[in-house]
Amino acid sequence: MQNSASAAIVTADGQPLKVSLARALRRQRMFALALVAPLFIFVAISFIIPIADMLFRSVENGIVEEILPQTVKALESWDETSGELPDEAVFAAMVADLKVARKERTNTKVGQRLNYERSGMSSLFRGAGRKAGRIKEAPYKEQLIKSDKDWGKIVTWQVIKQFSPNLTPGYYLASVDAMQTPEGEIRFEDSEKAIHTKLFIRTMIMSVVITLMTLLLGFPIAYLIATQPAKIGNLLIILVLLPFWTSLLVRTTSWIALLQQQGVINDILVFIGIISDDGRLTMIHNATGSVIAMTHILLPFMVLPLYSVMKTVPPTYMRAATSLGAHPWPAFWKVYFPNTVPGIGAGAILVFILAIGYYITPELVGGTSGTFISNRIAFHIQNSLNWGLAAALGAVLLVIVLVFYLLYDKIVGIDNMKLG
Amino acid sequence: MTGDQSTGDPFVRFQEVQKSYDGETLVVKNLNLDIANGEFLTMLGPSGSGKTTCLMMLAGFETPTHGKIVLDGAPLNDVPPHKRDIGMVFQNYALFPHMTVAENLAFPLHVRKMGKAEVEQRVQRALDMVQLGPFGGRRPMQLSGGQQQRVAVARALVFDPKLVLMDEPLGALDKQLREQMQFEIKHIHDNLGITVVYVTHDQSEALTMSNRIAVFNDGIIQQLAPPADLYERPDNAFVAQFIGENNKLTGKVSAVDGDQCSVELESGEKVTAMSISHSGVGQPTMLSIRPERVMIGDDVKDCDVHVDARVQELIYLGDHIRTRLTVCGRDDFVVKIPNSTDRAGLVPGNEISLGWRTRDCRALDMPDNL
Repeated sequence: MQNSASAAIVTADGQPLKVSLARALRRQRMFALALVAPLFIFVAISFIIPIADMLFRSVENGIVEEILPQTVKALESWDETSGELPDEAVFAAMVADLKVARKERTNTKVGQRLNYERSGMSSLFRGAGRKAGRIKEAPYKEQLIKSDKDWGKIVTWQVIKQFSPNLTPGYYLASVDAMQTPEGEIRFEDSEKAIHTKLFIRTMIMSVVITLMTLLLGFPIAYLIATQPAKIGNLLIILVLLPFWTSLLVRTTSWIALLQQQGVINDILVFIGIISDDGRLTMIHNATGSVIAMTHILLPFMVLPLYSVMKTVPPTYMRAATSLGAHPWPAFWKVYFPNTVPGIGAGAILVFILAIGYYITPELVGGTSGTFISNRIAFHIQNSLNWGLAAALGAVLLVIVLVFYLLYDKIVGIDNMKLG
Repeated sequence: MTGDQSTGDPFVRFQEVQKSYDGETLVVKNLNLDIANGEFLTMLGPSGSGKTTCLMMLAGFETPTHGKIVLDGAPLNDVPPHKRDIGMVFQNYALFPHMTVAENLAFPLHVRKMGKAEVEQRVQRALDMVQLGPFGGRRPMQLSGGQQQRVAVARALVFDPKLVLMDEPLGALDKQLREQMQFEIKHIHDNLGITVVYVTHDQSEALTMSNRIAVFNDGIIQQLAPPADLYERPDNAFVAQFIGENNKLTGKVSAVDGDQCSVELESGEKVTAMSISHSGVGQPTMLSIRPERVMIGDDVKDCDVHVDARVQELIYLGDHIRTRLTVCGRDDFVVKIPNSTDRAGLVPGNEISLGWRTRDCRALDMPDNL
């Protein structure tokens, strides 16, 4: 009823009202879109595309088919579980592929790729490029095996066949210290060799510890700032922000100066006789160093949201609670503290997410026992050049952060978070 | 009522209390005040007059710089706020937003380790008292301002405190709701017979609710009296001008005769007035006459004092007519004329004669700002 009634309304020039309204609003909407467009394009280029690229790289595996196209095709008919080597046709295809690859100098690339899955493949392919050039005619199988006996191993061909599809779960399996056997089973590494799992767990535990430390240190600071008169409060806020004006590198390395064995803190402890000269504490280049330095660096991210929430809690709440008969301590816990939870949530999630992906500080002061998963990712990007694995590790880290975010939403509720 | 209360020990006593925040100026100067059990006492005054500071000292949130405060025979100075057993209603209610209404009311009972059944019973009784029975499960934010106000009052009363303090509790409400709440609070006070100390800067609120009003200015109680006395018999120029509407005439005291004095106005007229707080013969004084005590027309012949006046302005206000006149050289003299009286000759520009009784005209001190 109401719909047909409103549809019947027309403006003075006979146009339906809805059409006129839409036209009047279109210009505004276009203007609003134009204002948003630069930011949207920037976010797309600098954020969405790199993440999509990273997620793609973590499963992408076109290199084997690209460099060994004939071999991949010939291997399709081979049953990798038969226990027999592939037939002559496969070897012929491999020799042909290698000849092409050598000309284009791509044989080492595919060797390097397959070497992630099975060590020895790199040198096999490096040598094979040259050796395959000498094989002019059949029987290819015999001659190739003669040139390198690894070609006569079934596992070599199993690995090639396993990683010939364009997409692979191999990087993800590797990122959780697992691999697929040629028979298709998923096998996990022994726990002492499971370096990625260990690093993920360590990263999470240390991030939680750092978050708790910043909360423990930041809460009283934020409370002090929020309850001081504006003049002193602003000065204290500047002191909290002061570290931001100093280079992160300088702040981290200054902790080395403080914490190292011949450093300031050890010297003082020795001087006042708490520890002996040969009992100097190791506080840097280990997990302790990482936790101390990162707690210091991430502290402002806890203090600021806490402060902004505490500022909105009226001091009369505490007065009301005490006037109602509550001792100041329970009054604080039951009345003041619950009102700061949105700030604690915001600060904790901010610090935790920053900590879980932190790189520079653990790299500099973490030693071996204080490094994070991010240091491993950097290693794969800069040193081992295994970008696929780095991408998979990054994606797993992203998933962990999202899981924590959802958990937080479920327990505390993201609407309760208040950043300012 | 005040007569009975002045006998026996006071329930609350401020004794030579002084308060300074900065060590240079006194916010409260030598306060002496007794409050009787069951009394509704209002501290009234402009902002910065020290009334809220007095309330905060009583609640325990501020410490007196000097002097002592006694509650029910026991000195309060060293008692922390949570042990004073004083209920307080705050200006912005200070209801705890993370608790429901019922939890807010149960809070003072829980901290007193009361049994579950008793807590429930008392909470429900308190909710019923403020007519919010079904609202126990709501959050304070889901209530209207007036409902929040009632919850705040209920919370301050639910644990049967010795004394209830209210710090401008109705300041955030609109006029109509404020008037309704004034009556509700007054009725709760009458029904429970509890002692209430109420702070406000709104004089009509103070006049409506209080047994006695302490008018504060400049850290000093200017006058402590029941509402009618305060309005009809102000002790000094500040009270006369702060409470209600006031006509002032200035002049010099020429003679004092018992409780009356004669004053020579600046315009030359001589009038008699009640001798209240002027500084003596030859000193300047301010005469105070309430607008509704000034007579015109036939009533003038009953008056002790007669003066000539020129009508300046008439404002029709329904039940009465507000008339502004020039009297004895001042053109801000206001007379309230009931709508029923004959208004002949009340035309702007006309000269009329008006008068008042000597007992309605009070010779007070000369304020600095005149």
